[in-house]
Amino acid sequence: MLMRLPTPRLLVPTLLWLLACLAPTPAALAAVAPSATTSAAAPPAAAPQLPQLLQQLPEASYPEKQALIKQLTDTHDPRVRVVLSALLEGNLYARSSDQQVFITRADGDNLALTDPLTGSSAGTASSDGLARIGVNNQLRKALHVALAQFDLSSADAGVRREAVREMLRAVDAQTVVALRARMSVERDKGVRADIRDGLALADLDSDDADTRLAAVKTLAGSLNLDVYNRLSSMAEQASDGSYGESDPRVRAAAQTSIRAINRWRIFYSGIQTLLFGLSQGSVLVLAAIGLAITFGVMGVINMAHGELIMLGAYTTYVVQLLMPQHIGASILVAIPAAFLVSGLAGIAIERSIVRHLYGRPLETLLATFGLSLVLQQAVRDIFSANNRPVQSPDWISGELQINQALSITYNRLYIIVFTFVLFLVLLQVLKRTRLGLEVRAVAQNRAMAKAMGIRTEWVDALTFGLGSGIAGIAGVALSQLTNVGPNLGQSYIVDSFMVVVFGGVGNLWGTELGGNALGIVNKLLEPYSGAVLAKIFVLVFLILFIQRRPRGLFPQKGRAADG
Amino acid sequence: MDTNTLGPRNRLIAALRADRGGQWFLGVLLVTGVLAPLLNLAVPPTSALHLSSYTVTLIGKYMTYAMLAIAVDLIWGYCGILSLGHGAFFALGGYAIGMYLMREIGTRGVYGDPVLPDFMVFLNWKQLPWFWYGFNHFAFAALMIMLVPGLLALVFGFLAFRSRVSGVYLSIITQALTYALMLAFFRNDMGFGGNNGFTDFKDIMGFSLQAPGTRMALFLVTVLALGGSYLLCRYIVASRAGRVIAAIRDSESRARFLGYRVESYKLWVFVFSAVLAGIAGALYVPQIGIINPSEFSPANSIEIVIWVAIGGRGTLYGAVVGALLVNYAKTYFTAALPSMWLYALGALFVLVPLFLPQGVVGAVSQLRSRMIGARATS
Repeated sequence: MLMRLPTPRLLVPTLLWLLACLAPTPAALAAVAPSATTSAAAPPAAAPQLPQLLQQLPEASYPEKQALIKQLTDTHDPRVRVVLSALLEGNLYARSSDQQVFITRADGDNLALTDPLTGSSAGTASSDGLARIGVNNQLRKALHVALAQFDLSSADAGVRREAVREMLRAVDAQTVVALRARMSVERDKGVRADIRDGLALADLDSDDADTRLAAVKTLAGSLNLDVYNRLSSMAEQASDGSYGESDPRVRAAAQTSIRAINRWRIFYSGIQTLLFGLSQGSVLVLAAIGLAITFGVMGVINMAHGELIMLGAYTTYVVQLLMPQHIGASILVAIPAAFLVSGLAGIAIERSIVRHLYGRPLETLLATFGLSLVLQQAVRDIFSANNRPVQSPDWISGELQINQALSITYNRLYIIVFTFVLFLVLLQVLKRTRLGLEVRAVAQNRAMAKAMGIRTEWVDALTFGLGSGIAGIAGVALSQLTNVGPNLGQSYIVDSFMVVVFGGVGNLWGTELGGNALGIVNKLLEPYSGAVLAKIFVLVFLILFIQRRPRGLFPQKGRAADG
Repeated sequence: MDTNTLGPRNRLIAALRADRGGQWFLGVLLVTGVLAPLLNLAVPPTSALHLSSYTVTLIGKYMTYAMLAIAVDLIWGYCGILSLGHGAFFALGGYAIGMYLMREIGTRGVYGDPVLPDFMVFLNWKQLPWFWYGFNHFAFAALMIMLVPGLLALVFGFLAFRSRVSGVYLSIITQALTYALMLAFFRNDMGFGGNNGFTDFKDIMGFSLQAPGTRMALFLVTVLALGGSYLLCRYIVASRAGRVIAAIRDSESRARFLGYRVESYKLWVFVFSAVLAGIAGALYVPQIGIINPSEFSPANSIEIVIWVAIGGRGTLYGAVVGALLVNYAKTYFTAALPSMWLYALGALFVLVPLFLPQGVVGAVSQLRSRMIGARATS
């Protein structure tokens, strides 16, 4: 099962922020400025200081610059953030004639100037008349911390967390003070936890053993990797017999904390495996659920089932070609479209081939297999043998970060939800609609159903169409997870049949539970055996399972079972 | 005629006497076995009658396919078990002979290692895995060619038939077996050459595989094996056990209620058929010169079934006709109209079950009996 790896969600804002720093156009300034407006204790009265501080910047030495940065930060003026980030990026220039400071951006050979005080454009100038305000490594570090302090008062909790993380990279007395101050006003739980961990980490460097002990105890619940590494290094014995931590009490507490952290990590990785397994299982269920109708309820061996899924995936591709401007909506349009395309194809198959072969399952198998070859080749001739690119809408890519040990990509999450909804809808269709009633009646006793006036031939065609249409919908979902090519269907056909047989033929719940169980087992095995071997084990297990219980997990009971 | 009172040899002769198609097939096989070596070796290449080595190899390949088709016809046509695992048995036989051929290469490989085949040196293996031991002896390899598919069929069949898995369920799990084996053989860690499989064979039992003499010998062995397996299968289906097998096909429960041990009969036929498929695979690989995991592909196993269906199941010679027809068409189409081949094959799969339920052989005999009937009435 190929899962496309999406870019982590956090990357996007970070990149945007970086871009804004690199090219501080007025628009970007406007975008950045509001994030800094809610400064915790910004005294507007201090604003007049800014021009003077800026004036001193070009001629200051490096130590003086450091002091200036500190003073600038203390103004809590929202405009400072842009100045500092420009300084960090090397985009802050001073005009040689009057030492006025500008934020610049490359514009051809010249530099486009922006006045940092007003945020308005100040025209362009040749780089000859301008001198860059230089920084060294020490200053860069100070700038990072200063910027993080600004972000710490951002309105966006995500930006604040990033800022805390940035500050924790180099903890010193100054950051500790800033973080403590923030802690007293911070409301967001996640940010509070991050600050608490950060302060405790800083406390670990304390000379006082009791402070260290308290810090170690605080850190017991943290899932941060830095915390884990730090605690391990404290508890570990170096080659010369000494410990990273001299006090035995603190050491013991560190070991307890590590154990606690490990327990949580194992717990979360268990949940992660479970979710991965469920998503892989959902893919199996998705591929098999249409088959649960055509094979499970009708008893038709449709080897072209995989190709009906493929048709659904190609329908998605065609819909996207037709509406290239609306990728997000195209998926929603593709679902009914794929249902229609595959469903009609299914009805055509039933009317032209399958109906002549009822009662001859082995011949049905051969004929539908031949059909699958024809469909594959047709797709190859129409769309070429290469994979077709199907785009994912934005709301499908990305990742849901639950905590530092547990995250799940949105496409996995959606596939689980989507499959379950599809399953419930199908269940209700079979249970509550007239078609569902007739389908079940024909499956249970064809002759009796016919005697009651049900047009069995019509029901056969519609049932097959329903199963095929569901396969088409599965194709839409799979087009978001795997490559859309002529072989898409082939790779699911063996799995699909195994899932249906495993769950119990004629039992939709069996297919749903069986598919998910197989997905989870597969994911549980994977770390020990690798993906391919896990799949082989699952297949062998299924083969043996069917020997023990030929009618699957949930066998049909009563008279229907004999049919 | 009651054949039960006759001895085994006489019984076979009696069966053959009633088997017009079989007589034709054996006759054609005999002619091929005599003519092909003559036309290939004795007639100079300049002559129009000369048979190129390429053609000889092609016919040899078709004959191994025909053998495979006979094996499938025995299990499907006579016992009603649609096995989608025969492609796997065929490939296992091929891999067994392939292991022998790999070890025959010896120091002539690219890396010149006296024991390890090239791919193992390439993958940095230090010593030969245990399951490669013994494959330097031809006799051992020959034993394994029959033993490995046979044992797999025995274990698999024992479990499946005992729990009465039948019909399409059996087809589906045999397909899963084939699929699992394909995935396994694609792995590099398995020690079977990963997705490249085995190739670059040098010689067999000391004779170069490139020499015309060796190729002709392999061809003749294939002719004999094909003829032999036909006779053996004909003998089996004509025997008392063969009738029980057909009875199982027609109604499994009835055969069971009559007191026959249905599972034992099925298991026995299944294992025999698997061994036959393994031998066919072992004859295929030295002539073609390569074996790789794609031979395990589930589609291949289904294709074998369609050969039998097209030729006419339950006749044995029909299976041969089907294998030859389809494979000749495949050779022709893939050269002339590559994209058309899958359409043609697909159409065959669809149309034959619909319109030719008895296959080509059945259609021909139906046509003939109609003509005879027409002549008799006029």
